Amino acid sequence: MEATYLKAINQALHEEMRRDDNVFVMGEDVGELGGAFKVTEGLLEAFGEDRVIDTPISETLIVGAGIGAAVLGMRPVLEMQFGDFISCAFDQIVNTAATLRYRHGGQASCPLVLRAPSGAGVHGALFHSQNPEAWFTRVPGLKVVAPATPYDAKGLLKSAVRDDNPVIYFEHKRLYRSIKEDLPEGDFTVPIGPAELRLEGRDLSIITYGGTLHQSLDAARIVEKEGGLKVEVLDLRTLLPLDREAILATARKTGKVLIVHEDRLTGGIGGEVAAIIAEHAFDYLDGPIRRVCALDAHTAFSPPLEEYILPNTNKIVEAIRELAAY
Amino acid sequence: MALERDKHAAERARLTLGEGELGELYRRMVLIRRFEDKVAEMYSRGKITGFCHLYAGEEGVAVGAIYALYDKDYVVSTYREHGHCLAKGASARSVMAELFGKVTGLSRGHGGSMHLFDQTVRFMGGYAIVGGGLPLAVGLGLSCQYKEEPEVVCCFFGDGALPQGAFHESLNIASLWKLPVIFICENNFYGMGTMVQNAVSQEELYHFAESYKMPGVRVDGQDVLEVYAAVTEAATRAREGDGPSLIEAVTYRYRGHSMSDPAEYRSKREERIWQERDPIKNLRRRMMQANPGAEARLETIDREVSEVIDDAVRFADESPEPGLEELGKYVYSSEQE
Ligand SMILES: Cc1ncc(C[n+]2csc(CCOP(=O)(O)OP(=O)(O)O)c2C)c(N)n1
Ligand SMILES: [Mg+2]
Repeated sequence: MEATYLKAINQALHEEMRRDDNVFVMGEDVGELGGAFKVTEGLLEAFGEDRVIDTPISETLIVGAGIGAAVLGMRPVLEMQFGDFISCAFDQIVNTAATLRYRHGGQASCPLVLRAPSGAGVHGALFHSQNPEAWFTRVPGLKVVAPATPYDAKGLLKSAVRDDNPVIYFEHKRLYRSIKEDLPEGDFTVPIGPAELRLEGRDLSIITYGGTLHQSLDAARIVEKEGGLKVEVLDLRTLLPLDREAILATARKTGKVLIVHEDRLTGGIGGEVAAIIAEHAFDYLDGPIRRVCALDAHTAFSPPLEEYILPNTNKIVEAIRELAAY
Repeated sequence: MALERDKHAAERARLTLGEGELGELYRRMVLIRRFEDKVAEMYSRGKITGFCHLYAGEEGVAVGAIYALYDKDYVVSTYREHGHCLAKGASARSVMAELFGKVTGLSRGHGGSMHLFDQTVRFMGGYAIVGGGLPLAVGLGLSCQYKEEPEVVCCFFGDGALPQGAFHESLNIASLWKLPVIFICENNFYGMGTMVQNAVSQEELYHFAESYKMPGVRVDGQDVLEVYAAVTEAATRAREGDGPSLIEAVTYRYRGHSMSDPAEYRSKREERIWQERDPIKNLRRRMMQANPGAEARLETIDREVSEVIDDAVRFADESPEPGLEELGKYVYSSEQE
C-alpha cells in the first residue's frame, strides 16, 4: 500500500504498540492533537491515554522520565516536537541515557527511542530548522538514524523500538508529505547499521542521508542525462554507527567521493566520512573528497538567504561536474 | 504571600490616568489588533511565511504592563511577541518588514516573526524556545542591580512555560537575589492544544509565587487598567530593591496557536464568550461612560492606526530582501563592523 513518509512513521508506531504492551508514546501534544505534524494521529484512539501520554512543555522531563521507564523494561518512544528543542534535553541524553549501561557495568539498559523532526526548508528560521544529528554522533552508547524514504522510516523505527539501546531517530520535516512509496504488507524491519546503495554507478560516489538523498538522486539523473556520467548514490541511513564497509566500498569503486548533507559543513558527519575514506581508501582516490552541505551559518528566516544557505540539486550538480572533471 | 485580587485597582488606575493617557492605551491596543489582523491577511496571501503566532485578544496584557514601565526599562517576550514589541515602541514598519523577511526589518530579515529584537526601545527579544526568555530576564536584572541602575525588567511568558525547569530556576534566584524582574505569565489557558490544567499541577498559576517568597497576583488580562495597576505596583517594588513579582494575567488568544492551527480543541462558544470580554471594547466602553464626547477622538485614533498599518505594509512590501553578502555579517562581533 502506498504511504507517505509521515504515514510510514505512524504505521510503525501503531504496529509496534500493538506488538508489545511495553511500548508507549510520550511527548507534547502527541495525544489528542496527534502531534504538531500529525505523526502520532490516531494513536490515542487506538491505545488510550495510558500509552499515549501528553506531557507539558518539559523536554528534560520527557527524556529523563523516558529513561527511568526504560530502565524498568518499558519501551518509550519519545517525541521532541521539533528537533531543535532536543538541546533542552541534552544532559539527559548524553549524560544519562548514553552512559547508563556502561556506568552500571552492564546491569541495566536503556531501550528508548527519541524522535526528532528536523531539517530546514520550511522558513522556520533559527529555532525550527536545525539538523542537530552531529551533536550526538560522537557519543558512545547512543545510536542515531536518519531515514530518507517511507520504507526506511517504517523499518528503522521498528528496529529502533526493538533495540535495547537509546536510539535517536531524526525524521526530516520536508519529507513528511512530499514523498510516497509502496510499502509491503505485514511486519518488516530495516536493520540499524547498514547503509543502502540507492543508485549504482562507476564514475563518482555521492554519500548522503536524510533530506538530501532526494536532491542527490535528482542531481545524479541530471548529469547522467546531459553527459552520461554514472553517479553512485549511497544512503547512510544510520549515522551512528557508520557503515564503514559500505563507505569504503563505494569510495574504492569510483575513486571520487562527494559527501552531501543538510547539516552544516563544519563538524558535520561528512567530516567523519571523509576521514574514514582518507585513512582507509587513500590509494583508491582519483580526486579530492568534496562536500556539499549547509553553509556555516545560522538558518536565516529570509527565504532567499535560507535557500542560499542550504544544499540543493543545482549545487550538487555543479559539484559533480567539477569533481568528475578533476 | 499571594495577594487577593484587588478589584478596585483598575478603577483607581482609571482615576489616576487622564483621558489622554487612556487614549494612548487604546491606541496601542488597536495598533496591535489591526497589525495582527493585517499579518493574518498577508500570511494568507503568501507575503509572510514560516511559523507565525498572533497576539489578537491579549493586547490588554502587553499594553497595560508596558505602559506601567519607563522607556528605559527592559522587556523580554516569547515567539508571540509582535504585540510586546509594538507596545514597547518599535515601529510598525520595522516589525512588518521583519515578518516579510526584508532587510529593513528589525533583525534585517534574518530572524522573522519569532525572533524580534529592538535594542533602541529596549525590547530584548522574543524567544522561540518555551521558557528560554526567563533566565535571560534574570541576567538583565542582575546587570541592572550590579550597575546600580534603576531599570526593571518585564518578562512575558505563557502558561506553557511553567512546566519548564527554566521557570523554577529563574524565579528561585530572582527572589533570592532580589532582582528587579517582573514575571508576567499570560495565562490564555492553552499551550498549543494542551489545557493548562493538564500541564500544571497548580492551575492558579500566581500561587507559585508563594514558594519563591515573592508577591503573586492574578489580574484580568482583558482589563488593561487592571494590568497597568498591578505592574505599576510590581515595578515600584522592583525599583526600590524589594525584588521580583509574579503576575498572572488571565487572557485569551482569539486565533489558533499559529497560522496553521485551526484550534479545533476548543469550542466556538468559549471563543464567543471571550470575544465579548474584548480588552479594546472594554476600555472604549469605559471611556465613553466617563465622557460620551470621547467617541470622536477614539474614531480618529482608529483612522490613524489604519494609516500606520497600511503604511507599514507598503513599506515592507517595497523593501528589498537582504543581499547574500549579509549572511556572514552578524555571526560574530568584530571591531570592523
Ligand atoms: C522548548 C520548547 N518546546 C516546545 C516548543 C513548541 N511550542 C511552541 S509554543 C508552544 C506552546 C506554548 O504555550 P504557552 O507558553 O502557553 O504560550 P501561548 O502560545 O499560549 O502564548 C509549544 C509547545 C518550543 N517552542 N520550545
Ligand atoms: Mg498559553
